[in-house]
Amino acid sequence: MSELSDHMQPEEDVVPESGDSPAQGVTAEYQQDGTRFSVGIDLGTTHCVLSYADLDHVDDEEFLPQVMAIPQLTSPGSVEEKHQLPSFLYLAHEAELAENSTSLPWVAKPDYLVGEIARNLGSKTPIRLVSSAKSWLCHAGVDCKAPILPAEAPDEVKRVSPFLATAAYLQHLCDAWQSLHPNAPLDQQDVVITVPASFDPAARELTVEAARAVGLGQAILLEEPQAALYSWIEKSHGDWRKHAEVGDIILVIDIGGGTTDLSLIAVTEKDGNLELTRVAVGDHILLGGDNMDLALAYTVKAKLEKDGKRLEPWQIQALTHSCRDAKEKIFNNSEVDNIPLVVASRGSSLIGGTLRTELTRDEVSRVLVEGFLPQVAVSDRPVSRPRTGLRTAGLPYAQDAAITRHLAAFLSKQQGATDELKDINLPEHASFLHPTAVLFNGGVLKAEALAERLMDVLNSWLSAEQAPEARLLAGADLDLAVARGAAYYGYVRKGKGVRIKGGTAASYYVGIESAMPAVPGMAPEIQALCIAPFGMEEGTQQELPDDEFGLVIGEPVRFRFFASHTRREDKVGTRLDYWTDEELDELDEIEITLPEEDRRPGEVVPVYLCAAVTEVGTLELQAVSQRDQGRWKIEFDVRAGQ
Amino acid sequence: MNTYAIDLSLKPTTFDLWHVCLAGTVALLSLILIVLLLSLVISRIRCGKKSLVQQTAPTAEPVVKIVEVEKIVHAPVPEPVVLKEATPDAALQLLGLLQKEARFIDFIKEDITAFSDADIGVAARVVHEGCNKAINEHFTLATVRNEPERSKITLPQGFDAATVRLTGNIVGVAPFTGTLVHKGWQVTGIRLPKLTAGHNAAIVAPAEVEL
Repeated sequence: MSELSDHMQPEEDVVPESGDSPAQGVTAEYQQDGTRFSVGIDLGTTHCVLSYADLDHVDDEEFLPQVMAIPQLTSPGSVEEKHQLPSFLYLAHEAELAENSTSLPWVAKPDYLVGEIARNLGSKTPIRLVSSAKSWLCHAGVDCKAPILPAEAPDEVKRVSPFLATAAYLQHLCDAWQSLHPNAPLDQQDVVITVPASFDPAARELTVEAARAVGLGQAILLEEPQAALYSWIEKSHGDWRKHAEVGDIILVIDIGGGTTDLSLIAVTEKDGNLELTRVAVGDHILLGGDNMDLALAYTVKAKLEKDGKRLEPWQIQALTHSCRDAKEKIFNNSEVDNIPLVVASRGSSLIGGTLRTELTRDEVSRVLVEGFLPQVAVSDRPVSRPRTGLRTAGLPYAQDAAITRHLAAFLSKQQGATDELKDINLPEHASFLHPTAVLFNGGVLKAEALAERLMDVLNSWLSAEQAPEARLLAGADLDLAVARGAAYYGYVRKGKGVRIKGGTAASYYVGIESAMPAVPGMAPEIQALCIAPFGMEEGTQQELPDDEFGLVIGEPVRFRFFASHTRREDKVGTRLDYWTDEELDELDEIEITLPEEDRRPGEVVPVYLCAAVTEVGTLELQAVSQRDQGRWKIEFDVRAGQ
Repeated sequence: MNTYAIDLSLKPTTFDLWHVCLAGTVALLSLILIVLLLSLVISRIRCGKKSLVQQTAPTAEPVVKIVEVEKIVHAPVPEPVVLKEATPDAALQLLGLLQKEARFIDFIKEDITAFSDADIGVAARVVHEGCNKAINEHFTLATVRNEPERSKITLPQGFDAATVRLTGNIVGVAPFTGTLVHKGWQVTGIRLPKLTAGHNAAIVAPAEVEL
């Protein structure tokens, strides 16, 4: 508005600076030393959002997080403020962009182009575009600090690592914050960064390390579905206790641009107060809104090819964009039954070369509702066909697009998640865990048709087992909830409001060879030794002094490493001789090398393992020497490329 | 010893050498005085001009004097009406946005006579969709009057003639009653991108070369 009054009513003697913006106007009143903000960063697969709230001026009832407008290049030479920073990085050719056309308010020539400009330039030059860096962090079998992205780039392009891309997005957010709040350095604020609940310990560690690399050593982690629930609690202004009751199991379904994340949170009672406990998290499913848009584009492409029109790759991309808009129009407007789609030619002649087709309501509901959310039975499981041997280095995208089948598998697998909670009683005949309430998150579920279908499918499973229907927790802001909830978590950590308990979402095991006579032709049997139990709280540690290993100084030793999302009863030191594939997931190997400091190379040192969950929210493994109590960190992130 | 007596009633009867010398000295002194005064005036004027250029203003007086002189010169001429000059950058920027989102320039510059209405309609969708997106993203638009069009409205005395335009049978005095023909549009918010120093806004669409 201030810009407007400057342009339109010059007679009024208000002359704001030309660079004035609403966001800056707000910050002016906060610019005093000593103010502490709670800052929540949603480091998403496709978008980053930063939300913040002033901790000094907050009462118990009034918590008003704001979403920062992030200045970013949108095309060469123009800088705009947007609430979302697209998580894309573009590696421009030195001849590609004019001098001084990439300056930002805080730097004349940034090292990497991130945000809207990266997505725009990358849509026409995909070989230089880094996307989905976050999914690579959780991808087993690649070294996340090795320059591997973009995967399809020719040798001449200097690639970057997924770790570096993540740090670059954080750096941009940091710099943007600094330019808007010069008197409140971000490294002195309470910073919470969200990660998917399904992130493994190595991916969490990498995220924390990336934050440390940009100076945010104090940042702590929070799981995204928990952040969404925090946001819902905060938005209800204390009313949430009326909407949740003892015995509730809240299912958080978070369908983002690139991933689907599932979590279960139980409502219990302690000393007359309601308590929230996160009891289970789902697998890392690479399936989201982008898959839906792509599916529609390919449907339309098939239709055009039937008419004998061949499409080039750039046309499919343009089609994907218009499918996204058309889908939203069809979902939001019940009267519209078909939306014309047009793909303009690339040359300056618009009229002759424009391709026209249309997207009908039937196609949208067939492809999206039936394709992604089919009406399945709770006993159905995601279809997985064996991967072909020669898979190019790419992300392990979900093979079955049916989100409802993934949901069925998750709820069935977690049937025993609440066995230890006395407030929650599952009927004897239940074949899956019965959620009583559902919280949605992620832009995809803004479409009512999809949200309704998801509830219908879930409720059909529940009524088949004579359970009451689950209710939808209303009032969630699907796009910005995670960042808002993260900012609220900073406030909760000050001892105000309710805190979701959880601890680790899995129990962790190392593989050790069992002592038995060797059988020719057979690999030695492996036992899984539990080193960290399920639900280990932050700030605690567990030691296994009875299980010693002899480590050779100077030689790397590797352990196979496993996680289980279902074995809640295993204690530290439990050895498993046998397990099913469903029970234990194998993660990347962990590695330890004892340094040679004041020891002879080749000497064998007996050590035992120690696991700790840090306050930050990462798992830390250590080898401890029995003799002199020396401690060495065991690294997760040594992911050898396979 | 010569003695000199002063008698003012005496009148010289002859011009001797002394008189000539005296007259010459007087003439010379007055000449020097004139030259000094002139040079003083000239140097003052120059000094004044310099201080204007440098904007250091060591003495404010000469500046004031010069302004006064100019005022005297321009005094009889009435002050011209200053019309606001629109900055070209913002206009170029808007053209660039409309071209990027809506292919606006492509559409306007194309000769449409040879094409059928159906073909033009297809292209118009591109332009309409993109313009809609660009305008919504960068401007907040509101109607000037909220009443439905073709309804009767009454304008009180002292209404803002800049926001409501009267047409047709304009006679009498306010309040005026008439039919709302067009509800009007006003921009209530502008969010134009900021431009970097090296950006040439005149290039509304760069040429594209695919390698």
